[in-house]
Amino acid sequence: MNIRIIPLALSVAALAVAFPAGADPEHRAKALEIIQRDFQTRGQAGLDRLTEDGVQAICNRTGNQPPAYIAAQMNTDQMATVKFPADGVLMGNWKEGEKIAQSGRGFTWTDKPGLPVGGNCYNCHQISPKEMAFGTVGPSLYQFGKLRGNTPEMQRYVFGRIFNAKAFNLCSEMPRFGYIGALNEQQIKDLVALLLDPESPVNK
Amino acid sequence: MRFIIALGIALALGVPSGLTFAQARPAAIKKTAAQTPPAAPAAEEADEATREFDKFRAEMEDSNPAELFEMKGEELWKEKRGPKKISLAESCDLGQGVGVVKGAYAATPRWFADAGAVMDLERRVVWCMVEKQGFSFADIAKQPFANENFTPDITSLVTYVAANSKDMKFAVPLDEPHVRDAYETGKEITMYRAGPYDFSCNTCHGADGRRIRMQTLPNISTGKGALKGVQGWPGYRMTGGVMLTLQWRMNDCFRQQRFPEPKYASELVTDLLTYMTGNANGQLYKGPGIKR
Repeated sequence: MNIRIIPLALSVAALAVAFPAGADPEHRAKALEIIQRDFQTRGQAGLDRLTEDGVQAICNRTGNQPPAYIAAQMNTDQMATVKFPADGVLMGNWKEGEKIAQSGRGFTWTDKPGLPVGGNCYNCHQISPKEMAFGTVGPSLYQFGKLRGNTPEMQRYVFGRIFNAKAFNLCSEMPRFGYIGALNEQQIKDLVALLLDPESPVNK
Repeated sequence: MRFIIALGIALALGVPSGLTFAQARPAAIKKTAAQTPPAAPAAEEADEATREFDKFRAEMEDSNPAELFEMKGEELWKEKRGPKKISLAESCDLGQGVGVVKGAYAATPRWFADAGAVMDLERRVVWCMVEKQGFSFADIAKQPFANENFTPDITSLVTYVAANSKDMKFAVPLDEPHVRDAYETGKEITMYRAGPYDFSCNTCHGADGRRIRMQTLPNISTGKGALKGVQGWPGYRMTGGVMLTLQWRMNDCFRQQRFPEPKYASELVTDLLTYMTGNANGQLYKGPGIKR
């Protein structure tokens, strides 16, 4: 895990201003106490994972509905974490992207520590029409590029959204794959291609 | 034995193949989309695998392998065991009186004054094994869940007790203040997002109609969803052929949430089970079941 200092500092200030009390502060405090006490490290899953970062803290305290002025500021902070490729190329190989989208491995205490890990994409999204075993936690991405085109702006949007979904929707259910270092630049490029390349089965 | 043969057949028929998924392909995908992306098929519509498994589960009800563990659990319940050479039947109060197993599972978690804690059924049996029979908690917690070669005594005991609530309604005493506290705390725990993926329980289990891949995810905040969450546990799991309890189910949820491991028989797990089982109140428990 990396850079989480900026959003955390902001969120602490924001919390003091915006949320003097949660919906159920007493039980929330009890829950936090129990969470800190009743877990144990196993495999790669250490107790550091229980500590909220700024985004998690805000989302946890607002039922995932932060006030607009806080969300806007924190979206900007999250956007600043997105590292766009220095070479300016945003689309990789959709065939590699499909493999990354298929894999849901990584970060559990039974997974081998380290990279690479899967993109978990099909766990939550419909993507290629060839894969029928897809989840429905996120929206369908079928024909994503066909409907939206693959302009440089669209490529940048998709790259950014995969790198850090919280830069667009602060309390999105989607993990911040680039920000947490789960997916590297090339892997994200390959996923951009899966969604936007006209040759990808997604857009056929 | 009859059920082992049935199981073999069932495994061969088993969970439907990719072919079935292809047949279930919704018409929406075949059409050329105009402006909006095609909607993903509704969970119920596409979940052929779940439907087939439910059918198979119904057929298996009369010869459920869980019965073996119930029988083993009954022996363990009545046998004088542990350093104190006493049986649970003559020493353990599951909330219905010493030794009474009838209805105990469906009425837990509940407050136990002698322990000064709200406990789910498994936690309570562990408490009795430690306090009444003299077993060491550390020993029990060392390997609390079954694997392919080993089933802990506690799993058989819980299965036996649970079987004695078959066809009874869940009745977690939510009016009792300690239980209500545990329920509200459990609810807060389900909302807590953390870890590398920012997941909480509710990421998967806080809304209707969600699926991970083909697996439908019950919304545990609703009565119907909470019942799906607790029904069929303890369950004989076809994958691996092991008997597992709700304590295990909570443990494996946190694994997939990319969290660290919840401590066995902890307040954390009891609070979650109080929330989930409490939400299932008033609905019928069908006894130990079969899981995919």
